[in-house]
Amino acid sequence: MFRKPQIELRASPHVHAPQDVVSIMRNVVLAILPIEAWFIWQFGLSAILLLAVVLAACLLSERLVAWARGQSSPLGDYSAVITAMLLVLTVPPSLPLWMGAVAGVVAIGLGKAFFGGLGYNVFNPALVGRAFVQAAFPVSVNTWPPAMFEGRFSSLMPSTLAAPFTHPADISAWGLKVAADAYSGATPLALQKFQSQQVPLLELFAGSHAAYVTGPPALLILVCGLYLALRRMLDWRIPLSVMAAAAALSGALWLYKPEAYPDPLFVLTSGGLMLGAWFMATDMVGSPVTRTGAIIFGLLIGVITVIIRLFGGMTEGVMYAILLGNAATPLIEFYTQPKTFGARHARRGGKGGAS
Amino acid sequence: MGIFSIISGRTFRHGIHPPQHKAATAGKPIRRLDFPPRLIVHLNQFIGRPARPIVRKGQEVVRGEPIAEPAGFVSVPLYAPATGVVRDIKLMPTARGPRAQAIIIDVHEASTQQVLYSTPPNNLAEMSREELVAAIQRAGLTGLGGAAFPTHVKYAQPPDDETQVDTLVVNGAECEPYLTADHRVMLEEPQDIVTGIEIALRACGAKRAIIGIEDNKRDAYEVLKEHVKDHPEIEVALVEAKYPQGAEKMLIKALLGREIAPGALPRSVGVVVSNVGTLAQMGRLVPRGEGLIERVVTVAGEGVKRPGNYRVPIGTPARFVLREAGFEGAHAEIIFGGPMMGNDVASLDTPVTMGVSGILVRDDKALPRTEKRIWPCIKCARCVEACPMYLNPSMLGQLAQAGQYEVMEERYNLLSCFECGCCAYVCPSNIPLVQLFRVAKAINSEKGD
Ligand code: SF4
Ligand code: SF4
Repeated sequence: MFRKPQIELRASPHVHAPQDVVSIMRNVVLAILPIEAWFIWQFGLSAILLLAVVLAACLLSERLVAWARGQSSPLGDYSAVITAMLLVLTVPPSLPLWMGAVAGVVAIGLGKAFFGGLGYNVFNPALVGRAFVQAAFPVSVNTWPPAMFEGRFSSLMPSTLAAPFTHPADISAWGLKVAADAYSGATPLALQKFQSQQVPLLELFAGSHAAYVTGPPALLILVCGLYLALRRMLDWRIPLSVMAAAAALSGALWLYKPEAYPDPLFVLTSGGLMLGAWFMATDMVGSPVTRTGAIIFGLLIGVITVIIRLFGGMTEGVMYAILLGNAATPLIEFYTQPKTFGARHARRGGKGGAS
Repeated sequence: MGIFSIISGRTFRHGIHPPQHKAATAGKPIRRLDFPPRLIVHLNQFIGRPARPIVRKGQEVVRGEPIAEPAGFVSVPLYAPATGVVRDIKLMPTARGPRAQAIIIDVHEASTQQVLYSTPPNNLAEMSREELVAAIQRAGLTGLGGAAFPTHVKYAQPPDDETQVDTLVVNGAECEPYLTADHRVMLEEPQDIVTGIEIALRACGAKRAIIGIEDNKRDAYEVLKEHVKDHPEIEVALVEAKYPQGAEKMLIKALLGREIAPGALPRSVGVVVSNVGTLAQMGRLVPRGEGLIERVVTVAGEGVKRPGNYRVPIGTPARFVLREAGFEGAHAEIIFGGPMMGNDVASLDTPVTMGVSGILVRDDKALPRTEKRIWPCIKCARCVEACPMYLNPSMLGQLAQAGQYEVMEERYNLLSCFECGCCAYVCPSNIPLVQLFRVAKAINSEKGD
């Protein structure tokens, strides 16, 4: 006879797919890294510092909240890293560091912890942080520095080190001085909306022209997003329906009055639409779990974005569109519950259903 | 997904593709296991009313002799799996948890494999439907795929129901990872299966039979195809190898495109389903007038040195089977059934019953050191896209954690969940969804009583 073995008792299923939350989050971080690298390459030292400060603010807030709740470790911190990385990409790199810190703390504290932490946050935390600084510091958030300027890796932008709670120096004069090209500080969206001046599409798509760089190029985001979609860590239905709705609505308007409205390709490639569609609307926690729901959610965001952009007082609407989408998610889910297997046939009383 | 399934479309929606781990045993012919010194034959090893013992303590029984009689229509008789002496009739541990009454037989050392008791019917060819149903009950047949529901009950025409069964679906899917017992039966006993199908067709009144085999078992498909050449009423079909293809509802959907309403039986769409293993036994036992005394069990997993398929007398304790298969572990998890739906047994003395299609042993190396950390639901939707019943396990899980068991049942169709485990398998947050649903169902049914 053999030794008396120690028998384990577990509940079925006894096997599990290899992916877990941590590996998914790690892949999302990986997918955002190239975009982050681009951001640093374009804007240099100030961008590095801003990223570092926002990361630190997010991670520290996350730890603090976990500690206050008596939890051991917050999700290997990946989720806070994602929030920080996305947050940085939505603000100009000339943002004073202290405002970056405020944005990070608000994102985690108000956007996430307030609702109960990971999994319970109704809104995308990065966007909550971003919306807060947009309201609090509109000038700093809406003025973009020139990209690719000489000496960006040896000197800081004049606003970066602004002391907390002071108004930072206006960067326009400095911008004009260092910019290699015509520079206005306005975003392509603002140029189009208020001055009817359209930035060439290729510039937006590939992000090659320093004067117009106000966000990651659409192409790069597309590639990084596709990586996640192919690894099934991102629901492709969401970005696709955001883009489809935005293109359809703006396309119709453009056909109706081409001189007043931008063409759909411009709408798709400018501003934060790409980043929002691929990396922020797709945040799993805030988007519906049902397939139909995901499509409705995407379409809703696309439509609202275009409406805000073309008819609202602001130049960019993606952020608010996604926040609204987040708020509508429970409702969308409620109305798109999957139909249980066989329920279609239930009315026949379960009899004689031979097809 | 096999190319074939894409073209033929014979599959169901959702489901998962876990690693199959079938190679270790699929090529191993069925080996007969010796008799253990002692057999434990539980009276309640099938669904329905437990059988009533008809032997006394100390009575001699021969292999194949009836030892318990059915306690009604939804019940079957039991037969002595080996020649020996009834040592006792008492409570013994079962795989499903609580102890239950069992007939314990001390096996004679000289017990032979020959079946010494039978009552062959003299008019099998002329038997009426009712007589065949009775003959199938006499053979003690239950669903050997795991459900262990008495086969004859499914075949009989309920008096209050005019729905005619038109198709017998023969389940050769065997979608659980590791298990290859049905695969081996299809390869080694195709003639018994065909004979069984002919009897079953007459008993249930169906005009045709369809054998559904997952497309990872093409050899079995070819063998059966060859054997049904002269039987135009029997079709052999490949279905996609995907879990849980072997679930009744999924297999019927894949083969016939019919969807069974929640709470309804296959009969409601004109179908009865039987497992290939059950039909092989039927084809062998009914013509000879014998009763079910053994079954084929896949023994596999990292914890056994000689994985394979064994013909095991009903009532053989796991300890005996595992020793034959080379289990020497000190720390192990022992699963009766497959890794997706099987359940762990606490004692090595737990006997093999009719419904046990496999014994899996995971030892130290395969067992995770620590319990996996459970994260909150991140609404990733993986479970929603895996659930073959189109439920919303994410929502069900959140409701369960909030204790809202009634809402789960009333609004989110908890009762349609058959605990296949797809949702828990894919959940990246390691939420024990199936466990939560089991608890919810138990609490609801207690409240309902
Ligand atoms: S266990 Fe239930 S809820 Fe989960 S996938 Fe299977 S049927 Fe759906
Ligand atoms: S798989 Fe798990 S984490 Fe994902 S939605 Fe379902 S329950 Fe939530």
